[in-house]
Amino acid sequence: MTTWADALLVARLTAADPHGVGGVLVRAGAGPVRDAWLAALREALPPSRPLRRMPGSITDARLLGGLDLPATLAAGRPVAEAGLLAETHGGLLVVPMAERLSPGLAARLAATLDDGTVRVERDGLGQCRPAHLGVILLDEGRGDDEPVAQALTDRIAFHIDLTDIALGDLTLLEATPTGAGEPVADAAEVLCQAAQALGIASLRGPLLAMRVARLLGGGGDPTEAASILAARLVLAPRATQVPTFDTAPSPDADAASDDSSPETPAPEERPPETEAAPGEGAPLEQRLVEAVRAVLPPSLLAQGLEAGSRPRLPRPGKAGIAAASRTGRPTGTRAGDPRRGRLDLIETLRAAAPWQRLRRGESPDSRRIRIRPDDLRITRFAQRTETTTIFAVDASGSAALERLAEAKGAVELLLAEAYTRRDRVAVVAFRGMGAEIILPPTRALARARRSLGALPGGGGTPLAAGLDAAADLARTVRRGGGTPLVVVLTDGRANVTRTGKAGRAQAGAEALAAAASLRGEGVRTLLIDTAARPQDSARRLAEAMGGRYLPLPYADAGAMRDAVRATR
Amino acid sequence: MIVNGSTRAMSREPASLPPLNGPIGTIRAKSPRPAPHPHPSPCVFPFSAIVGQDEMRQALLIAAVDPSVGGVLVFGDRGTGKSTAIRGLAALLPPMRAVVGCPYACDPARPGDLCERCRNHAAPLEIHAVPVPVVDLPLGATEDRVVGALDLERALAHGQKAFEPGLLARANRGFLYIDEVNLLDDHLVDLLLDVAASGVNTVERDGLSIRHPARFVLVGSGNPEEGELRPQLLDRFGLAVEVTTPTDLPTRIDVVRRRDAYERDPAAFRAAYAEADEAIRETLTRARAHLPSLTVPDATLEAAARLCLALGTDGLRGELTLMRTARALAALEGSETVDRDHLARIAPAALRHRLRRNPLDESGSTARVARAVAEVLAP
Repeated sequence: MTTWADALLVARLTAADPHGVGGVLVRAGAGPVRDAWLAALREALPPSRPLRRMPGSITDARLLGGLDLPATLAAGRPVAEAGLLAETHGGLLVVPMAERLSPGLAARLAATLDDGTVRVERDGLGQCRPAHLGVILLDEGRGDDEPVAQALTDRIAFHIDLTDIALGDLTLLEATPTGAGEPVADAAEVLCQAAQALGIASLRGPLLAMRVARLLGGGGDPTEAASILAARLVLAPRATQVPTFDTAPSPDADAASDDSSPETPAPEERPPETEAAPGEGAPLEQRLVEAVRAVLPPSLLAQGLEAGSRPRLPRPGKAGIAAASRTGRPTGTRAGDPRRGRLDLIETLRAAAPWQRLRRGESPDSRRIRIRPDDLRITRFAQRTETTTIFAVDASGSAALERLAEAKGAVELLLAEAYTRRDRVAVVAFRGMGAEIILPPTRALARARRSLGALPGGGGTPLAAGLDAAADLARTVRRGGGTPLVVVLTDGRANVTRTGKAGRAQAGAEALAAAASLRGEGVRTLLIDTAARPQDSARRLAEAMGGRYLPLPYADAGAMRDAVRATR
Repeated sequence: MIVNGSTRAMSREPASLPPLNGPIGTIRAKSPRPAPHPHPSPCVFPFSAIVGQDEMRQALLIAAVDPSVGGVLVFGDRGTGKSTAIRGLAALLPPMRAVVGCPYACDPARPGDLCERCRNHAAPLEIHAVPVPVVDLPLGATEDRVVGALDLERALAHGQKAFEPGLLARANRGFLYIDEVNLLDDHLVDLLLDVAASGVNTVERDGLSIRHPARFVLVGSGNPEEGELRPQLLDRFGLAVEVTTPTDLPTRIDVVRRRDAYERDPAAFRAAYAEADEAIRETLTRARAHLPSLTVPDATLEAAARLCLALGTDGLRGELTLMRTARALAALEGSETVDRDHLARIAPAALRHRLRRNPLDESGSTARVARAVAEVLAP
C-alpha cells in the first residue's frame, strides 16, 4: 500500500540516519520487490556503514557479545568479542521474519534503539559498546499472523507495505521531496495535533515525525512541505482512527468517508496529487491530516466508521501474542545440575576453559581438563509442557446471555490461576455468521478482561465454524510447542452452516464433522452443555470429538473452573 | 514526561569506553571498584524537564529520600518516559560519602554495614564523595556478572584467585534498574528476590565464599501486556505506579517540543533546567535531613492498619511500606507531622500491587484502593 516512490524515499532517509529514524518495518513476502527495495537501501547506505542480517535463532553470546574464548586462551588474558549489535554500529540490522521474534530478543533490540549502546554483562565481562543502529524488520506475516512486537514497531519511524507493488512499478523513480520553503513556526505543535486527530497514542509517533521532517529539510527547522511529507510517511501507518477535527469537516473529508465502505476501493487509490488539494487556506495541521488521510488503509476507514467508540489507546498487547510463540528450541544455558536438565557440554567446557591454568597450578603435571561442579551448564528450553486452554464460546442468541457471563467468569478465574501455573488461555467466540478469536493465547489478566468485556452476544449458532476456529488455534498452539485443551461451551443446537446459510440439519452434520476432525487432531476436549436442560445434540457432539461431556444446567464460574481443572 | 531514548544522539557512557580497534576489543582495565560509575549527568534528560507523570516522579523521589521503602515498580505504556525519569533522578542525587577503594562503596557513617575489608582495615578509612550509583541490569546478563565471580583476568594472567564484584556490588547504596523486568530470566529473578530481601549478597561459586552488602533500591519498569510479574517479586517493590501516555494536546506538544529542543542542543537544554534540578536536589537533601525527626502519630498508624485490613493485603509489608512512604512524603513536603492526608495520597502507589487478585471484580486495583481510602480515611 506504500507507493514505490515513497518506499525509495524511505530507504534514502533511513540510510541517511539509521539510528535517528530507528529503521523500517517492511511488510512484504520474500520476492523480487523486497529484494529490489533492499538493494536500493544498500545502494543508498554509504559503504562505510554496515548492513548486517540477524538470524532469529541468534544467541545472546553472538548478539550482545561476550568472551572470545580462543583469543582469550591464546592471549592468556580475557579478550572480549563484539556481538552483532556492536558490529552493526552506525548501520542497519536486517531482521528477517520479524513477526516470529521472541519478546526477549525484541526487548534487547528495543533497548539498543533507545540507548545507542549495547551493555554486555556476560562471561565475567562488563562492557558498554556503541551501537547506533537502525533495524529493518522484514514482516512476512500474512492475514491474522502474529504482528511484529509493538516494542519495536513503536520505536521505528517508517512502516511500509510492499505487498501491492508490481514488478512493473519498480521502474518508477523516487519522487524528489521538496524540502524547500519557509520553516513552519511550530512543527511540534502541528505534528502533535495531527497525531491526536489520527488516534496515535504513543508520543513516539510525533517525535519520530519531527525527526524525519528535520531530516527532509537537511537538519534545519522543518518546512511545511517537509512536515506534510513526514506526517504521511510516519504518522499515516500508525493511525488508529479516521481523523476528526472539532471544526466542521471539509467537503473533501466527507467524500473520503463516503467511498470508504468496504465495497469501494479506498481513497489511497486516488492519485497522490490530491493530497495538496484541500483548501490551501486551511490551517496546516488540517492539510497535514488530509495528506495522511489520503494514504490511510481502507480497513481502518471502515473500522473507524462503524465503531465510533473505538478506544484511542494502542491496540492491546501485540507483543503479548508474540510471547505465545514458544518454539521449544534451546533458549540458552544456565549453571545447573545435569541431573535436573541436559548437560550442555560445549558451554561447560567454555566455562571451565579460562580457569585451567589456575586449577592446574595445584598439580601442574596433569593434562586433564579440570571441571568443577560450578562449571556445569545445562540447556534451558522454552517450556514445552505449557497448557493453553482454548474456550470456544457459543455467543449466539440461543445460548442465553447470562451463560456468556458465566463463561467469561470461568475464563477469568482460570487466568488468575494461569499466571502462577504459567498456563495460557484463549477465547474463540462464535455467533451470527462465523467465529472469531477474541482473545489470542495470553496470560495477561488485564488484556483478557478487556477483550472479554467487549464480547457481544446474539445471532445464530455457527457451531462448525466455531469448532474449526478452535481446531485451528489448537494446531497453532501445538506448533508453538504448547499443549492445547479445547473447552466448548454450547447448547449444541447448530443452525448456521460453514458458508453462513441457515439450516439446522446441514449445520448439525457439519458440526459433527468438525468435531470429528478435532478428535483427529488428538486434542483433549471438554464440552460444557449450557442448555437449561441437557441436550442430546450436545452429547453426540462431545462423543464425536472424543471429549468429556458435562451438562451444567446451572453452571457458575466456579463449577466450570473445577471441571476444566479436572480435565487438565 | 518524556519519551525515552534519551541517548539516541549520544551514547550513555561515552567517557568510559575503551577505544575499539577492530572486531576484538580489549577488556576494560580493572580498578578496585570496577566502574567508578561516571556521573551520568553529561548525557541525560533533566529530571525537572519531564512533563507530567507526577505519580512516578513522586515515587522515585520518595525512594531517594528513604531507600528503605523498597523500590519502585513502574508499569505502563511504551514511551512514557520510564527510563528517562530514573536516569534523570540519578543525575540529580546529591553525592554520597564512601570509603576510598572499597568495591562496595561502604558508608563510613554506618559501621555495622561495612564490608569485611573495610571492617578489618587497620588505618583510619579514607573517605571521598562519589555519585550515587545507578546500575543497569540488562536483559541477557549472565548470573556470574550479576552476583560476581572469579576475576577472569587475574586468574588467566597471574593464576590468582580473586573475587570480581558483580552488578549487585556496584549497586550497593544506589539504584538497580531493570528495564522490561517482566522479561527477566526466572533464575535471575530468584537471585534478586533473595538479595533484595536480605540486603546481603552471598557468593558461593568457583571456590569462592564471599558475603558483601548489597542494599539497593530496586527500580523496575515494564509493560504488563507482555506478561505478569510473579507475585513474590511484585511484593518486593515498595511502590508501584502506573504511567500512561498523556492524552491532552498541550501536554503532548510540550513533551515533543522539549524532546526536540533537547536533541538539537543537549547542553543548552540541560543548562536551562539546571536551576530547577538544583531546586529538587535541595528539596531532597532537606527531606533526608528532616526524615529522622519525623514521627508517625498513633492515629496515623492506626488508620494505616485499618486501611490494610479493609483491603485484605497479605502480610505486614503493606502496612510497613505505607507508613514509611507516608513519612517520606511528609519529609519531602516539609510537613511537621504525618497525617491521614499523606496516607491517602500515597496509599494507591503503596498498596495497589499487594491486593489479592479478584478476577471477577471489574474495577482495577487502583479503584479498589481509592474506594477503601474513601471509606476508612473519611474524617
